[in-house]
Amino acid sequence: MPKLNMVQAINLALKEEMQSDRDIVVLGEDVGKDGGVFRVTEGLQEQFGPHRVIDTPLAESVIVGASIGMAAYGLKPVAEIQFEGFIYPAMDQIANHAARLRSRSRGRYTCPLVIRTPYGAGIRAPEHHSESCEALFCHMPGIKVVMPSSPYYAKGLLISAIRDPDPVIFLESTRLYRLIKEDVPEGEYTVPLEKARIVQEGKDITVISWGFMLHRSLQAVEGFDAEVIDLMTLNPIDEETIYASVKKTGRLVIVNEAPKSGSLASDISASVAEDLMLYLKAPITRVASYDVVLPLPKLEDHYIPSLDRIRKALTDIMQY
Amino acid sequence: MSEKILQSFDVKRLDILDEAGNADESLLPPLPDEEIRKLYETMVLARTFDQRALNLQREGRIGTYASILGQEASQIGSALALEKTDWIFPSFRENGVYIAVGQPPYKILQYWGGDERGLRTDNDLNIFPVCIPVATHLAHAVGAAMAVKYHGDKIVVAVYFGDGGTSEGDFHESLNFAGVFRLPVIFICQNNQWAISVPREKQTFAKTIAQKAIAYGFEGIQVDGNDIFAVYKATREASEKARRGEGPTLIECFTYRMSDHTTADDASRYRTKEEVEKWKARDPLLRLRLFMEKKGLWTEQYQREIESALKQTVDEAEKKYESVEPPDFRDMFNYTYAKLAQKQQREIKDF
Repeated sequence: MPKLNMVQAINLALKEEMQSDRDIVVLGEDVGKDGGVFRVTEGLQEQFGPHRVIDTPLAESVIVGASIGMAAYGLKPVAEIQFEGFIYPAMDQIANHAARLRSRSRGRYTCPLVIRTPYGAGIRAPEHHSESCEALFCHMPGIKVVMPSSPYYAKGLLISAIRDPDPVIFLESTRLYRLIKEDVPEGEYTVPLEKARIVQEGKDITVISWGFMLHRSLQAVEGFDAEVIDLMTLNPIDEETIYASVKKTGRLVIVNEAPKSGSLASDISASVAEDLMLYLKAPITRVASYDVVLPLPKLEDHYIPSLDRIRKALTDIMQY
Repeated sequence: MSEKILQSFDVKRLDILDEAGNADESLLPPLPDEEIRKLYETMVLARTFDQRALNLQREGRIGTYASILGQEASQIGSALALEKTDWIFPSFRENGVYIAVGQPPYKILQYWGGDERGLRTDNDLNIFPVCIPVATHLAHAVGAAMAVKYHGDKIVVAVYFGDGGTSEGDFHESLNFAGVFRLPVIFICQNNQWAISVPREKQTFAKTIAQKAIAYGFEGIQVDGNDIFAVYKATREASEKARRGEGPTLIECFTYRMSDHTTADDASRYRTKEEVEKWKARDPLLRLRLFMEKKGLWTEQYQREIESALKQTVDEAEKKYESVEPPDFRDMFNYTYAKLAQKQQREIKDF
């Protein structure tokens, strides 16, 4: 079984799905000849041709808007937005159209598209290249938000996202792109959407995270009897898995890379507080980035949750 | 060193039928009498419907409504020039287009009456739900045209918007895409001179909207938007060109919004009575009627008959709209995703 990094795993998922379904097209800025700025689509245009792997003009709004029209007509577009920080011009298309098309046409038109975009800090990138704005999309009913944490799950989740009948935002951690290599099977396998994964079982404390922060959380829980959950689909979330775990441990820490206020961590925290108050032995704790403008590389290590901050949260909760 | 002209351009304007009902026979599209009657009767139906919808709004029986008064020729002339299999992306002021392609009028009332089921079209009707965020749907038309081209289908995509929409970024991005990929799409701009309270001159310093196409590398044409033959001919030619694989066209239908922007607006705050009066004389229905009269296709008797029949159609639509049971609350959950999410199942249970 080949050992692949996340870039290679996503590339393989796209390649295999495109081989088996002629209606899948890839579009975006520099996705063709260049293979994308992170090389995720490398070789696809060569293999499938410029009509299926489309280098578009620089126009985020219409990259997404055109994908909506394609999807309604019967194609399955996989659009790439070069960095999550550049997705804002397309928010109108995502919120007002992709999210609502099934509902407002009462099922006559649907929008089976995938928008892939790299997110996250930690690669010493320029301004606007390090955002984690997943919560904005989680606040849009009708949109699914998926974030893989390793090459194996990236491939399986992307295949599920492509085959899903609804619009999916697929967030890829720039930090994870080449950090880990693991066994990624060739050929078809899927990882279901809307299902969280228990990465390790534990009795004392539940730690929920996603994307790159999952890895930092896994390091931080050493020495604790922690149950670690990789959320994987950020919207709609798998409440059942979360609730079952919190009922068992009675303690919850949520680690996310986005700024704390209005984050997905806040939302999970609120739901658990509302529904499971009597199971809790300690306050729910969010470990998140600060409520400040995302800093340039010289400060980014101070901004995103560090190992120490996560460990301190775990210690405080256990001593509560 | 030298200075030279690299490119120069002309902007075409097409007029076929004047206000007195005289047509330039050399430009007239070759339409049989029954097709001319169909154009006329569809405009009368659209106007009858529009008037009724305004009344229903005043009586509180539907919500805010956007009238099409004055724009019937632009909408019906273009929609009836397309094929049944073509795809249409309307904005929110396209009730004439919906009526022309066969969306049941009661459903149009249902939407403006606050019920999404009114946006549901039959599966053989390729018209999108109305688009409210201005010009965003140009992108959808472009995407559908990319899919048409990808599949090699002989289908044309038409998208409707107004003069205000041409100021939006999505207008630029979409026309740019259409030019780059030579897409089978027709951009139909109904330049009705007003974007709510802001006049056309304040949307763009360009002399015409048609000329904007030139910058994207394809043809733009201005037509008299109150002249149904000019609109029909320009749309027909653009669709044939698109079907031949020769790319997009921008059609500027030069028309006028006779009504307020919507029933929530009062146009007397920002424009003069004189201006509106001037445009009344250019009424699209009147001039086709005068033309038909000259050709022996119109009589008082015919007018009475169609008015009575079309009034009945609208009466029936109104009755049907008002007899539809309100939607079930589960509808708002059922169409968010293909399948209910965990949270939604709980929300329904706790409803």
